[in-house]
Amino acid sequence: MRYMKDNASTRVVVGMSGGVDSSVAALLLKQQGYDVIGIFMKNWDDTDENGVCTATEDFDDVVRVCNQLDIPYYAVNFEKQYWDKVFTYFLDEYKAGRTPNPDVMCNKEIKFKAFLDHAMSLGADYLATGHYAQVRQVGDTYEMLRGVDSNKDQTYFLNQLSQDVLAKVMFPLGHLPKKEVRKIAAANDLATATKKDSTGICFIGERNFKEFLSEYLPAQPGKMMTLSGIEKGNHDGLMYYTIGQRQGLGIGGAGDPWFVVGKNLSENVLYVEQGFHNEYLYSDALIASQLNWINGANLAGPLECTAKFRYRQNDSKVTVIPLENGNVRVDFHERERAITPGQAVVFYQEEVCLGGGTIDEIIKNETSIDYVG
Amino acid sequence: MEPIYLDHAATTPIHPEVIKAMIPALEDVYGNPSSVHHFGRRARQFLDEARRIAAKSIGAQEKEIIFTSGGTEADNLALIGTAIANQHRGNHIITTTIEHHAILDAAKYLEKRGFRITYLPVNESGQVELSALEAALSEETILVSIMTVNNETGVIQPIKEIGAILNNHLAYFHTDAVQAYGLLPLSVNDLGVDLLSVSSHKINGPKGIGFLYVKDGVTIESIQHGGQQERKKRPGTENVVGIKGFAKAIELVMIEMQDRNKRYGNYKQLFLNTLDEQTVNYQINGVHTIASIANLSFPGTNVESLLTNFDLSGIAASSGSACTAGSVEPSHVLAEMYGSANETTINSIRFSFGAANNEQQIKMAAEKVAAIVARLTKDNDIR
Repeated sequence: MRYMKDNASTRVVVGMSGGVDSSVAALLLKQQGYDVIGIFMKNWDDTDENGVCTATEDFDDVVRVCNQLDIPYYAVNFEKQYWDKVFTYFLDEYKAGRTPNPDVMCNKEIKFKAFLDHAMSLGADYLATGHYAQVRQVGDTYEMLRGVDSNKDQTYFLNQLSQDVLAKVMFPLGHLPKKEVRKIAAANDLATATKKDSTGICFIGERNFKEFLSEYLPAQPGKMMTLSGIEKGNHDGLMYYTIGQRQGLGIGGAGDPWFVVGKNLSENVLYVEQGFHNEYLYSDALIASQLNWINGANLAGPLECTAKFRYRQNDSKVTVIPLENGNVRVDFHERERAITPGQAVVFYQEEVCLGGGTIDEIIKNETSIDYVG
Repeated sequence: MEPIYLDHAATTPIHPEVIKAMIPALEDVYGNPSSVHHFGRRARQFLDEARRIAAKSIGAQEKEIIFTSGGTEADNLALIGTAIANQHRGNHIITTTIEHHAILDAAKYLEKRGFRITYLPVNESGQVELSALEAALSEETILVSIMTVNNETGVIQPIKEIGAILNNHLAYFHTDAVQAYGLLPLSVNDLGVDLLSVSSHKINGPKGIGFLYVKDGVTIESIQHGGQQERKKRPGTENVVGIKGFAKAIELVMIEMQDRNKRYGNYKQLFLNTLDEQTVNYQINGVHTIASIANLSFPGTNVESLLTNFDLSGIAASSGSACTAGSVEPSHVLAEMYGSANETTINSIRFSFGAANNEQQIKMAAEKVAAIVARLTKDNDIR
């Protein structure tokens, strides 16, 4: 059961990134009287020849904030685990022509597994992070709720968390709007109060994505074609493109803009079509694997709920149908645009995040469409 | 409960008598030692006295002592200063792979500027082998820099033997004696060294002060410029307060050297005995080590988890070096001893004993260490 001990004897490890969110998370817990410890995770080695890594400034910020709060701070290195569990998956997915979601995998394998284990090995009762999500205990079960700031809600990335994990997790910011978090940081004069939010994938940072990926995967340029076989130019390598993408195709000419609608891996062809609402971008259903149901129970029969197919998208009404192999079929109540294999599909009922899985197949007119890769 | 300090190789508490000795330099004697008036002369007296004490402690002459801001500056001056002043004689420098980064990074700096550096390996005991040095020496060699005692393992290097080899060679011999000074008797003539670095805060003196011994006749170029101080080898107004405290710390350590050796050695033995009583699985890294340092490997654990757990239980120890983002890097010293893939490089902790300790603390600390190691290795089985 949660909250049996008084706060002062409850040890909470806060995963601190050097950003404003985790800083405020630590501050709030400290104000509530917990025994708070700040820990910085180093997951990626980009140390230059002078021994300086980009994580240096972030760690410095963690140090400054922890000193302001008068809490101990440490760092922990998960470079090996991150490489094995997240980066390898990331590259494999791109190799397979899909668009991976390393943040979901990082939460599942690193933050809420390796890091959680580390926190527990330090005698922690809980692990806290600056995620915008909420945990609610209902009887013996833990539910994960969306963060109240719908624009910042991060449950999409947390869809793989289990009951065991939620029992040990705190999200001190879940009930706060981001604006309020900034305000708290400023009012308490935290060193990170005005620090810019980080964007993009953590290990790529501000670098050019194409350049980064090309360091690890050989790019194979090929043809861009319409699905009816008309050549529209060349692509730089299928992995650089995602379904629904408009930027960077370089197809000029009259008429509507061009969009990526699919990939043919064996022929190394990128399929493009014209118009935001092009028919080929739309589908009726999907098949998802790697399902996690947060309440721990497998789906027994069809479920009416809502779903997100990408981060920060509005929910769509769906029917989730369990398949025999443990996967699910997700039927859209209205056609969906640019569903992308490799991304997460995450299910909700009102404010409760039910869990999610990885998008594997796209279905249109009861046929699995092969042109999405 | 008060935390227990087992990190004396990182820095030491200031001796109360050192603090007392510094007060006049803070209160009354504020003159600039270079000034030609009463105030300056009084400060100069402190400086002269300190230089006498420092010189005597290693059997040197006063004019052979250059006060610096500490060990790092002394090492940099020794390496870069002699390299630049002697580049007409050759461009080859020999050092070891296990030096402190003050030496390693200065060597890299020189490498970028055209000097050829040979990094001698060490054996599994953590010692440099003389045959490797002899093989590396050439007519081009202008400087050999080998530490007296390694800061991570406490392994004592064969400085006297190296000095003897270099006696017949034109190359200068520098030793970073930061970890040795105060626990090992060091006579520059006995050892046959031309340059020797010392830091004050490792011997219960204040931080921000140290000295470099430069044998009379050794040519060295200053790496900073702008004054006559320290025979123009280290310009800048002298840190009189620090120097005064440093001198007192030297006086004390010279009187107490034997006693400290015995005491710290006893602490180490008591610590190890207590670990044995608790049946902790550990190995000692390095052979022939200094009294104050025990570098221990705990199989099945990792440094970050150990150090964090220790600190949360009130035990201050350390390991290797941290990267700029705080996470602990595998020890370069242990990697040289055992190979970089060896687990020892990521499961070893340096405990260093000293003035802040007493027997009761040592026993308590060892018991806590034992409990933490037992818990962490048990966790491993479950995972």
